[in-house]
Amino acid sequence: MTRRVRIWIFLPALAGLAALLVWGYLGIPGFGDYHGPYGFVLDRLATPLRHMDNVVNATTYDIRGFDTLGEEFILFAAVIGVVMLLRDTDEKPEMRDEVESDLVRVFGTLAVGGAILVGLWLVAFGFVTPGGGFQGGVAIAGGAALVYLVAGYRAFAAFGDEQVLDPIKGVGAGGYVVIGLAALVSGLPYLTNLFSGGAVGTVWSGGSAGFVNWAAGMEVAAANLILYAEFLNQYIVPIARRS
Amino acid sequence: MSFLPYAVAAWVCVVGLYGIVTSRNLIHLALCLTITQSSTYLLLLAIGYVKGGGPPIFKGVKLGTTTVDPVVQALTLTDIVVSVTVIALILALALDVHKQAGTIDPDEIREMSG
Repeated sequence: MTRRVRIWIFLPALAGLAALLVWGYLGIPGFGDYHGPYGFVLDRLATPLRHMDNVVNATTYDIRGFDTLGEEFILFAAVIGVVMLLRDTDEKPEMRDEVESDLVRVFGTLAVGGAILVGLWLVAFGFVTPGGGFQGGVAIAGGAALVYLVAGYRAFAAFGDEQVLDPIKGVGAGGYVVIGLAALVSGLPYLTNLFSGGAVGTVWSGGSAGFVNWAAGMEVAAANLILYAEFLNQYIVPIARRS
Repeated sequence: MSFLPYAVAAWVCVVGLYGIVTSRNLIHLALCLTITQSSTYLLLLAIGYVKGGGPPIFKGVKLGTTTVDPVVQALTLTDIVVSVTVIALILALALDVHKQAGTIDPDEIREMSG
């Protein structure tokens, strides 16, 4: 199919999409005039009922926790797909660390610690301040990825080791399921927040949703690091072969 | 101008779709898909916006204060993270196509064989 044909097929579809969009847009409230019930109910209930200040995360890991479970497994499956597609070689090239500037290495290493600490803080206080497992997980993985920038491939390989990351990712995904089962065993609906009695505004305020939050953080951090390591390997192996 | 954010969301969506349709590079195509997907975030957040609303976080804020809708924010934040891994999967597929067919121009890949 040539480009021209594709554009001609696209145009009627675009007209259909435009019609749908206009129809839909006519029915939604003007920008800033939203009066849907759910957000407002959650705003009033999350703190007294679930002891969580951050209503976004109360929604993500507790009230809408079952939905997030599904999203976690999309992430899980996508990462497995990437690993299966790219793992045509288990070659781990021996390379010298490329970064030779001591200044970059010293301050870079400090930045790695700082970034990972920020990531952990984002996860830990996810129910109090902005943050949570998803955001914190990405920050932790980003901190570890910094190692490649400030030191090199050899130093990063320790962080990108799948022998370590696979179990973390598995515990993160499986832990989410098991925490949900714990409620089921207690005779409550799946993923019911158990012992949500932690004091509001503390690390413990999440109850069992706090563990869900940490499970998501572990999975997201490990999944992202696996992706970085896989794609980095695609880049490094040909270079190592040439030299 | 109360419709402007919605119009921007529609525009971003269509621009992404146009890019996908006319793409000559699978990596470009994957990025266009991300752009289309981003339009849904814009739309969700625009719908959830409440005039004068603060963030839906009640640390040090009186309960009952007007906030923007937390539900659409929860949807958006999980999807941003999940979409990154899905895009990674598409890029991995593009790498695989390059290994098999020697090109990443969708028009030059004569046949998709298993």
